[in-house]
Amino acid sequence: MNIFEIIRFALRGLTINRLRTFLTTLGIMIGVSSVIILTAVGNGSSKAVQDSLDRLGTNSIQVRSGNLGFGPRAQAVSNNTTPLTILDAVALNDPKQVPSVKQSAPVANANSTCVNGSSTSTPSTFSGTWPAYFEASNTKVAKGNYFSTDDVDQGRRLAVIGTTTATELFGTDNPINQVIRCSGIPFTVIGVTEVKGSTGFQDGDSLFIAPITAVENSITGYQPLSSIIVEAKSSKLTDQAQAEIQTVLDARHRVKSSTSRDYRLFNQASLLATSSSSSKVFTVLLAAVAGISLLVGGIGITNIMLVTVIERTREIGIRKAIGAPKGVILSQFLIEATILSLVGGALGVVAGFIGSHFTIVGVKPVIMPSSVFLAFGVSVLIGLFFGSYPASRAASLRPIEALRHE
Amino acid sequence: MAAALVDNKSQPHIVIDVKGAVKKYGEGAASIYALAGVDLQIAAGEYVAIMGPSGSGKSTLMNIMGALDNMTAGSYFLDGIEVSSMDENALSVVRGRKIGFIFQSFNLIPRTTALANVELPLAYQGIKSAERKKRALAALKVVGLEDRVTHEPTELSGGQQQRVAVARALATRPALLLADEPTGALDSKSTEDLLDLFDQINHAGRTVVVITHEADVAARAKRVLRMKDGKIISDTLNPARMVSA
Ligand SMILES: Nc1ncnc2c1ncn2[C@@H]1O[C@H](COP(=O)(O)OP(=O)(O)OP(=O)(O)O)[C@@H](O)[C@H]1O
Ligand SMILES: [Mg+2]
Repeated sequence: MNIFEIIRFALRGLTINRLRTFLTTLGIMIGVSSVIILTAVGNGSSKAVQDSLDRLGTNSIQVRSGNLGFGPRAQAVSNNTTPLTILDAVALNDPKQVPSVKQSAPVANANSTCVNGSSTSTPSTFSGTWPAYFEASNTKVAKGNYFSTDDVDQGRRLAVIGTTTATELFGTDNPINQVIRCSGIPFTVIGVTEVKGSTGFQDGDSLFIAPITAVENSITGYQPLSSIIVEAKSSKLTDQAQAEIQTVLDARHRVKSSTSRDYRLFNQASLLATSSSSSKVFTVLLAAVAGISLLVGGIGITNIMLVTVIERTREIGIRKAIGAPKGVILSQFLIEATILSLVGGALGVVAGFIGSHFTIVGVKPVIMPSSVFLAFGVSVLIGLFFGSYPASRAASLRPIEALRHE
Repeated sequence: MAAALVDNKSQPHIVIDVKGAVKKYGEGAASIYALAGVDLQIAAGEYVAIMGPSGSGKSTLMNIMGALDNMTAGSYFLDGIEVSSMDENALSVVRGRKIGFIFQSFNLIPRTTALANVELPLAYQGIKSAERKKRALAALKVVGLEDRVTHEPTELSGGQQQRVAVARALATRPALLLADEPTGALDSKSTEDLLDLFDQINHAGRTVVVITHEADVAARAKRVLRMKDGKIISDTLNPARMVSA
């Protein structure tokens, strides 16, 4: 008997026992797809957190006034702090002193409420800065323009606003070239930023950014800077940039030891590390759920395969009695199990991919390739084993024994 | 088969040679002897009927002769080769080519058409699709089921299923036909037809062994064995039939 004949036997076996074929395929399919989808949800949620942090800029470092900690000692030190100034920001733009820094921008924050007719909005971030701020903080203008260095030099009252602020002030109207009043001072809106999303602490789109000169002239007056935002040349260079910033600022602020610094550095990379480690926990949790669903799916497959063993054992008895060689019987059942497992596994992968297109509990799933291989591999192995092992046992019985099997 | 005919002249060729066959089921006090020491020789070309009350061990003996079951003690030579010494491959060849076995309980493959059931043993012998279909249809025609070839076992009456089982056993043209109550589910007309068929097969030189409860079935055989409690209690030749042979 040749192999094609045996394959035809196997296919016939599958079409004859339709319900068994269907249930087995379904079992494998559910096992595979649930593992893929569950891990994709876990992966997707961790990716979502990462993306929102990426949007803040992983290359950026913030310099703020004040020392490293809180408490009595910190208070004592903070008494003789030198405030951050525009000159600090200028120094942090000098490629000779800070070669790993791409650019820096001073930031002067204010609390201000803006008004357009009867609409009001209080941006959670209201900053005066330089154009470098946009790149350093990864803030992109989606509609309209950025302001320029010239605008800063001239102290023009121009503003780039976030989508939340735009909606609060203008609804669905186009804000570009409209004039709004913030703390009573008129600003012309020249740009609206891309949606940043929430970082969990703050609405990133409740935003007002204007030339620092305009903000200082008309709203805050000439005060120390709130912070300086620095962009490293690449995310790999942030540590080095940080060291260079410390060298420059330590010199400028006459800091004697690293414990008595009157400024602090924050970088997104370290923030990212903590958040992605917590989302890893989430992924591990979901992987555990997926593992359990794989187990349950596997037990389902096993169950269906074993339930049909009695019937199939009798059948194997008949086949042996009329002269079927053991090898042919084994091949037939192995091919049957292979087809079932592969088809079920493939359908499961397809279902997993389809299912991962939907947003599940607010999370956009992102498929992990390893989960696809794992789920497919394990299910196919289970299917193969439980499809062929009982058959091989039955094929080793004497025909009469197999026929009497109960 | 050819060898059997040649041997016929001098000493008859012994196809089946059972010595001291014992088949015991269960252990200790609960054990049952289905066969309690059976000696039996059947020569090529014989037509043997086995009779006896229910539970006397007829099917047990037949299964052993068909190389489908083993025994607790004793030996069985089929065409001079001890069956217990054969490996799996040799056994499948013997079951597929040498022996045609008709089960008391038909044992057709479920949800499979009559034609496919009859083709199956031919397929396992590696016979090509067209050829085996021809032979299977011919075998089904012999048992009068040419209009039922696409029916599955559940769509056939008991008698029709039995005839499919007969066709399956005949399709391989075995040298040794073992039939366990092949007429049990047949009416008198079908029984007549089947017995005529067995006569033909036997005339062609093949060995036929039939288990039956019916005297008129046994009357067609040349030799009648009677069993009781796992033993052969009588072994008689049928003089009327000897003449016709
Ligand atoms: N698997 C088994 N386990 C235990 N006892 C068995 C088994 N198979 C057969 N027997 C016993 O062996 C004895 C012989 O059974 P066998 O089937 O050979 O009878 P039989 O002569 O063919 O009967 P019938 O005419 O009813 O078919 C019976 O007593 C039966 O109960
Ligand atoms: Mg019986």
